[in-house]
Amino acid sequence: MEREVLHRILRDMLLSRTFEERAAEEYAKGNIVGFLHLYPGEEAVAAGVINAVGPSDYVVSNYREHAHALVRGTPAREVMAELFGKATGMSKGMGGSMHMFDRERRFMGGYAIVGQTCPIAIGIAYAIAMRGLPEVVVSFLGDGAVNQGTFHESLNMASLWRLPVLFVCENNHYAIGTEIHRHSAVPEVFKRVAAYNIPAEKIDGMDVVKVYNATRHALDRIRRGGGPQFVECETYRYRGHSMADPGTYRPAVELKAYQSEDPLTTATRELEFRYPTPNELAEVGPDNIRTFADHLINEEHLAEAEIEEMKRDVQRIVEDAVVFATQSAQPTMDAAWSYLTGNGRHETLI
Amino acid sequence: MSQELLYWQALNRAMDHEMAADESVFTLGEDVGLYGGSYRVTEGLYAKYGEWRVRDTPISENSFTGLGVGAALVGARPVVEIMTVNFMLLALDSIINGAAKIPFMSGGQFKMPLVVRVPGGIARQLAAQHAQRLEHTLMNVPGLRIAVPSTPQDAYWQLRQAVVSDDPIILLEHELLYFTKGPVDLTAEAPPMHRAAVRREGRDVSIVSYSRHAVLALEAADELAKEGIEAEVIDLRSLKPIDWDACAASLEKTHRMLVVEEDCRFAGAGAEITATLMERCFYSLDVPIQRLAGLDIPTPYNGALEAATIPQIPDIVAATRELCQPTSETKAA
Repeated sequence: MEREVLHRILRDMLLSRTFEERAAEEYAKGNIVGFLHLYPGEEAVAAGVINAVGPSDYVVSNYREHAHALVRGTPAREVMAELFGKATGMSKGMGGSMHMFDRERRFMGGYAIVGQTCPIAIGIAYAIAMRGLPEVVVSFLGDGAVNQGTFHESLNMASLWRLPVLFVCENNHYAIGTEIHRHSAVPEVFKRVAAYNIPAEKIDGMDVVKVYNATRHALDRIRRGGGPQFVECETYRYRGHSMADPGTYRPAVELKAYQSEDPLTTATRELEFRYPTPNELAEVGPDNIRTFADHLINEEHLAEAEIEEMKRDVQRIVEDAVVFATQSAQPTMDAAWSYLTGNGRHETLI
Repeated sequence: MSQELLYWQALNRAMDHEMAADESVFTLGEDVGLYGGSYRVTEGLYAKYGEWRVRDTPISENSFTGLGVGAALVGARPVVEIMTVNFMLLALDSIINGAAKIPFMSGGQFKMPLVVRVPGGIARQLAAQHAQRLEHTLMNVPGLRIAVPSTPQDAYWQLRQAVVSDDPIILLEHELLYFTKGPVDLTAEAPPMHRAAVRREGRDVSIVSYSRHAVLALEAADELAKEGIEAEVIDLRSLKPIDWDACAASLEKTHRMLVVEEDCRFAGAGAEITATLMERCFYSLDVPIQRLAGLDIPTPYNGALEAATIPQIPDIVAATRELCQPTSETKAA
């Protein structure tokens, strides 16, 4: 991989982590309200996938999508302002955390109905195929979404018509609080996908280089006319499902295992169903970002000092985003009405 | 210059016209292609435009409707046919959570040029799962527009208007209207899509209805004329938005109104029409606005019972006649 790409990926991961931790603080202060689903732990997926996607491709995401938007290039200011519900937010304060859209960057939303991304993604892909364009759609979904009818219906149609769509499953093992062995009769998602004659592979979603490479190869296959592809990224969220969820259903050791480098620690799983304390989190080894950063240092792509500078840089960006969001104006009811219809103002209805 | 066309033929002509005019228009649904459409609306289009623009889908209502939503986001103009309104219940997530919300939730970044065509209503002994009218479900959703053509001419006009509009539009087509005939002028300028039509002028009472029951109301008005009651018949043509000015103008002339609908009475379209006009025109009324609606019961299979669950022409005649009885005040005068 090129050094430039590696830099960008690490920076995106750091930005995502810093942004989300700061969003949690702002939520605690009451500046962000509603549901807030944070991304820490899963950064390798967003950074690996979206950095492999071209500018004319489309990205469709679900309700845990702040990092997806940031990696796609939406300024942190606009993402934070949306969380604050301000007029300067990427969805003008109408969508909030779960409904982020950036038409200019072909970031096609933020959907809060589990599984809804699948038909929307194949619809965009259908329009591309009908027009004979070279673009591709990348659609994120969680492991919880694979039990929705829309998932199966959409895979079927995508395969039937060989639509240019890459499905990326962010398998964090939990449908809110229900662990995958308790929600899926066949817990290996890629096996279920294979039933639709769609090539599917499962990769380590904590390893950003693997995610990036798998995505590139899948996109190449699609562009060569290979039809829809599926990549299952095994990952883990360090926090609860949302800010309303303390995550007490997960053994603390399970979380520690995903934060540390050593996969053997999973063998020491114990029945300790509670969310770990900040001290316990600090004790555990490097997480997915630290692992990647160490890799870059070992390979002499980056010096520790450069990484520290990168951290300070994203910290500045996030601080600036919070100031911007705080100072931005509230949207008006007139603006809200104007978004309700696409052309009512230009078409005589009655 | 008009020609006689069946309702389905008028829809077919409208589709053909818009598909020829704009390559981003396509249609999809169950058996719309090779089979030609359950009610023949897409007949001939598959051969003419090919499978990408006339797509036969699997039986996956929610996802192929959602496919339309996704395609509309990137500027295609999908016309989704859902085989009957009963199956549309499976697609409500795509329609209500998707089409109706995305332009708004995105802060106006995206338009939603989606048309969903849905046959519905009570036809001939299709039983409870194939004999519903679900307009009330859609009327309550901000962001949607609903057209209810009752004539071949309106079917032609309103489908063409729906395709070129940038809003999500539901076209509720009545299953018993597909094989009704009427004059269609393919070149005449259409009235605005949601404007009501006064089908018959009258001084004594206003009958407001839509879809197939607007046709029945017109027949009832002819019966009433024989008794000396001149009913004005208003065909709403649209349930969202509703042409309140047309209704109010008629009420201010006749001072009496009957609202006729095939759908169930409870919380139906008639309830909204009646409540709004009572609020707006209370002091113009000689008597309270009355509703004549379907019974609040699933549709029985048995033919006689099925007929008994929805307003028939004699019911409209009787209800209108009753409404035109002199009030105590006018009696005294």
